[in-house]
Amino acid sequence: MEHYTMNLTLKVWKQKNKNEKGRFETYQVKNVSSEMSFLEMFDVLNEQLIAEGKEPIAFDHDCREGICGMCSMYINGRAHGPWHHTTTCQLHMREYKDGDTIVVEPWRASAFPVIKDLVVDRQSFDRIIQAGGYVSVNTGNAVDANALPIEKHMADEAFASAACIGCGACVAACPNASAMLFVSAKVSHLAMLPQGSPERKERVTNMINQMDKEGFGSCTNIGACEAECPKGISLENIARLNREYIGAMFDGGSQNAK
Amino acid sequence: MALNSKIPAGSLEEKWEKYKSTCKLVNPANKRQLEVIIIGTGLAGASAAASLGELGYKVKTFCFQDSPRRAHSIAAQGGINAAKNYQNDGDSTYRLFYDTVKGGDYRAREANVYRLASVSANIIDQCVAQGVPFAREYGGLLSNRSFGGTQVQRTFYAAGQTGQQLLIGAYQALERQVALGNVTQYSRHEMLDVVMIDGKARGVIVRNLVTGELERHFGHAVLLCSGGYGNVFYLSTNAMGSNVTAAWKAHKKGAYFGNPCYTQIHPTCIPVSGDHQSKLTLMSESLRNDGRIWVPKAKGDNRKPNDIPEEERDYYLERRYPAFGNLVPRDVASRAAKERCDAGYGVGASKQAVYLDYASAIQRYGKIEVNKQGLSNADADTITKLGKEVVKEKYGNLFEMYEKITGENPYEVPMRIYPAVHYTMGGLWVDYELQTTVPGLYALGEANFSDHGANRLGASALMQGLADGYFVIPYTLGNYLADDIRTKSIPTDHPAFVEAEKAVSDRINQLMNIKGTESVESFHKRLGKIMWDKCGMARNEKGLKEAIAEIQALRKEFWSNVRIPGDVNEYNPELDKANRVADFIELGELMCIDALNRNESCGGHFREEFQTEDGEALRQDDKYMYVAAWEYKGESNFELHKEDLNYEVVHPSARSYK
Amino acid sequence: MSWKNAFSSSVGKKIQMALTGLFLVLFLVVHCYVNAMIFWDDNGAKFTEAAHFMGTNVVIRITEIGLFAFLILHIVQGLKLWAQNRSRRNTRYAVSAGNATSKWYSRSMGILGTLILLFLILHISAFWAPNRASQTMGNGELDLYAMMRDAFQSLFVVVIYVLGCISLAWHLVHGFYSAFQTLGLAMNKYKGIINVVGVAFSIIVPLIFALMPIAFYLHWIE
Repeated sequence: MEHYTMNLTLKVWKQKNKNEKGRFETYQVKNVSSEMSFLEMFDVLNEQLIAEGKEPIAFDHDCREGICGMCSMYINGRAHGPWHHTTTCQLHMREYKDGDTIVVEPWRASAFPVIKDLVVDRQSFDRIIQAGGYVSVNTGNAVDANALPIEKHMADEAFASAACIGCGACVAACPNASAMLFVSAKVSHLAMLPQGSPERKERVTNMINQMDKEGFGSCTNIGACEAECPKGISLENIARLNREYIGAMFDGGSQNAK
Repeated sequence: MALNSKIPAGSLEEKWEKYKSTCKLVNPANKRQLEVIIIGTGLAGASAAASLGELGYKVKTFCFQDSPRRAHSIAAQGGINAAKNYQNDGDSTYRLFYDTVKGGDYRAREANVYRLASVSANIIDQCVAQGVPFAREYGGLLSNRSFGGTQVQRTFYAAGQTGQQLLIGAYQALERQVALGNVTQYSRHEMLDVVMIDGKARGVIVRNLVTGELERHFGHAVLLCSGGYGNVFYLSTNAMGSNVTAAWKAHKKGAYFGNPCYTQIHPTCIPVSGDHQSKLTLMSESLRNDGRIWVPKAKGDNRKPNDIPEEERDYYLERRYPAFGNLVPRDVASRAAKERCDAGYGVGASKQAVYLDYASAIQRYGKIEVNKQGLSNADADTITKLGKEVVKEKYGNLFEMYEKITGENPYEVPMRIYPAVHYTMGGLWVDYELQTTVPGLYALGEANFSDHGANRLGASALMQGLADGYFVIPYTLGNYLADDIRTKSIPTDHPAFVEAEKAVSDRINQLMNIKGTESVESFHKRLGKIMWDKCGMARNEKGLKEAIAEIQALRKEFWSNVRIPGDVNEYNPELDKANRVADFIELGELMCIDALNRNESCGGHFREEFQTEDGEALRQDDKYMYVAAWEYKGESNFELHKEDLNYEVVHPSARSYK
Repeated sequence: MSWKNAFSSSVGKKIQMALTGLFLVLFLVVHCYVNAMIFWDDNGAKFTEAAHFMGTNVVIRITEIGLFAFLILHIVQGLKLWAQNRSRRNTRYAVSAGNATSKWYSRSMGILGTLILLFLILHISAFWAPNRASQTMGNGELDLYAMMRDAFQSLFVVVIYVLGCISLAWHLVHGFYSAFQTLGLAMNKYKGIINVVGVAFSIIVPLIFALMPIAFYLHWIE
């Protein structure tokens, strides 16, 4: 792989806090190496800004290996940038060439208010999990791990759903700012396992109610979420959530739902 | 103060059982009156918060990330050990205990390790009950794989994302307690001091990272589950935000720091590509099962790897360690790579890398596949094609990750790898009950020094974090709080809170008022370079002494020339970072002091003066069979306390992998 | 879950959209079948016979009330969802993904549906309304075949009808699959067949409808 350097124009959303209005700011970044990750390019820019006595750009990031779900940039119209199955931190600068202009925005959704610049508040996701995204089992109550065999393909599918990193790219990418892919991944993960089965009806009801309360849009099966999900969570999860929901609708017993 | 490890009497097997049945309990009505503060929400913190919430304590959790689910436990790939013996291959609690003690180069406390091994099986049960989707066999039962340094298959895993799945399990259990009102969760909050009242930890000062406000929180006890300090090296496999601040504040308030110099360097990471590098990425240890590691036989050979003929390649691990070959333990493999690069045989642009080559594995698998499919006259292309398919099936996701980062296709060109800082065995000194030397202040998971000795075995970090949180702290904390049931919540206008908050606020203002010229990041990078060069994979007296002087100078420079943009009362990541780097600088000095003190080589601590003729680590059991617990006495002033390690069951011997 | 909860949640509303949508799909089949009688080119004999049955049979007339109820529910609920979903993102993106991550018609169900609604108003007021009015006033059924033949001599009307059919086709391409997905039936195992049937339906039915005004205009049928 040949390495090269490039000069770029960046248009980045700057917003002081939740209450103030934001705007785009234009920056020139020079001598960006094709080997940098996208966030390292931002590091370089921020160092440059600090040296010039200006304020650096705030952005969320932590593990920088594509698993923690913290990074969240909307790059040239794409959640996490143009690479398939890739988080922002794993996008590398060899995607770009000298002279390119890159527009970077925060996740935009009413349920994800901007904290500063590119940083958004995703606590609504925590509250959705609090509504039922768990198995009610206290520490010490467990039976032997092998007491309950689970069909391999079910375990594998549950794992595929559980691979969700809760980054919110699905919400960011969805024209309706819907959180259905996130919610459905959790509902599916737990519904497919016998351990999660006893609470499945309350879970799907309460999680959907919370999702609505948080102000996410509804799913119109557009599929942009699936296309942008860095972990390849499939729309099949949403179909499964819908089945779970219909099951809960007609069930007479599940009155524990809030 | 003399160190009391509070190890219960009795045989190894009885200690924990006996402790559990004799420790003091708190009745449910009283638990509701007792408040517990938990700093950090990784495996240890989330599991402790969930378990204590279930018991009825009033718990508050704090994490600097935007959600507890982001904690860096999430990045663990390989798996979690447990002495289940599901494979019928001779595993047992004792064997797991023994492997861990030996892997730790005989620098861990026997009683703690035995307890860890004995609760390991419960962890798996608990996690499965929570819905953690571990890998399974076709029969529907759990699958196991083997991992470095062991002879049995006891590692449970969920593809290459075991840490993620376990953390999500613990996070969900925690969120359930939040929903039930037992736990209050504070995200984007960072602990900046411990509040001491009458010699006990009674609360914390935290900073709301969104608004910049300082907050006071009371707790009958404070649990630090804030992870390791590998980022003192700037470049490590830790998350960007991982830091030592919580532990360091506790240290300055009287908690001893145990074995700070024990650092694990993981051999298979993607090498540094330039000055812009912000972090290093681990490639699972499993790659060494099939890949061969080599460098050119000639110094400074600049040919492309595929142009270097077989006879001009030095498969140095196979040469030096014929018995274990490419599968030697992490510390040995890391040092061997460093030795070759330092000698001038490194590859790639930086010359700080070695090749991990899959060409022969592709050929080997290709030939097997050809035989399986009954192709008698397969040409070379077919063999290579089939071989690549097999390799893809086994390691596809790792190869994909490598390609994303480097832009090179590892099926065609050998991967370049280099060791990187990965885990810190050292941490706050704790007794058998996980209590630090400060009453009411506990440390769990990677934040404490306890179970891994001088080197940690693969797949044991997850086990320790969850053992501490789910199965140890619920008992040991009760034993402490049982005497505290008459203590009413102390209002946070108590002078101790006011004073602590003022100290934090003063320090923040001091930092902001320096208004120097150099960025925090730049200081951090300079610290990292000193640490990596002089307190990294190999250390020596001269280097360590230099490092101490350089760090002291760096600290002065930092406090007179750092530039922090923005304001105090707003979201200001540069200020957050400055707070952390200031602490890393102080910790770096202590690490060098500890490394200088330990005149031996063991596990993750390799002193060049102490090696065998063929370059292997040389322990000095007669002089250094102790835990070095350091007490903070003021700037650059630390006092050493020793906790002697008494091996009653295992007999220390030299590790050999020849 | 309570019925109120079930019907007021976002998923509940989507299920209403799916069920009413599928009912409207069934209606399209019947409507298309009946109207396709004109292609016998028998001066509307078979068509008129069928139209008479549809216009006078008690069961059909009762179902017709249901049809309108569902149609209105589909329209009202759809427009409400469209407005609500738009409000879920207060600040819009400066750069949008466009077609890189989704199909334009799946993002345009509101617009396509509105176009169909406008077309329907014209269509109903041209045929169905006068006919039922005449029936109600005791003047008997109108000669719908003649009305069609006359109306479709205007190029303008034919173009409006063809545009209506095109909107319907795109609405159906997404709507057909979407209904099954919302009802939880579009698992990978069935997704293929749902897509094939859906796309085929979305092409064939609107095409037959579109051929009617064209056939009259070009005098393929008299």
